[in-house]
Amino acid sequence: MKVQLRFFAGLRELLQLGSAELELAGRPDVQDVRAAIAIAYPQLESLLPFTRLAVNHVFVGGDHLVPDGAEVALIPPVSGG
Amino acid sequence: MFQITSTPIDLQAVYDVLQSHRAGAVLVFTGTARDHHHGRVVHELEYEAHPEMAETSMRAIAREMCARWPLEKIAMVHRVGKLAISEIAVAVGVSTGHRQEAFEACHYGLERLKADTPIWKKEHFEGGAEWLANPEALS
Repeated sequence: MKVQLRFFAGLRELLQLGSAELELAGRPDVQDVRAAIAIAYPQLESLLPFTRLAVNHVFVGGDHLVPDGAEVALIPPVSGG
Repeated sequence: MFQITSTPIDLQAVYDVLQSHRAGAVLVFTGTARDHHHGRVVHELEYEAHPEMAETSMRAIAREMCARWPLEKIAMVHRVGKLAISEIAVAVGVSTGHRQEAFEACHYGLERLKADTPIWKKEHFEGGAEWLANPEALS
């Protein structure tokens, strides 16, 4: 299955990428997707523990199954306002 | 009104949306780009949002506000893109019967936005630039 990753702010600049496809095997949950991101983008490794993941615009728990084709947005600590 | 905009925030439009015959208090907070931060001279600010999630977050915060205070109307608008010093980055407004609820609810809404809404600030200062994280977002 595939997910659409979306990167913002510092992560987007670090990778020079706003979005990317990520392929995963089986029926991954959010934790699996997080681990796959760390492997695909090793330069994010130190930032990932501080990054929330949103699946189809919603923050969900680590054991939440991720549907095929879902948007997975990487949300670093926010700084609005 | 819950909006992410790349054009200058129209305060009159925000104020107009908050109008209510039942309101005795209409309060709009504006956050503006400041020329200094942590000892650095700031030249401009830049904001980026996850547009769909940011609007959803604002609406969710507004529901929290309504559960806590008897509010008539709520408005939240955040700018994205580059801002010159003194430009308005964010407007959070409420209308309600009385001033105490207005100040409390507006403060709450702003603090929640700063903690949770998927928007990021990049500070362009003398000698560099940096994406910031709000202290509220790190706890």
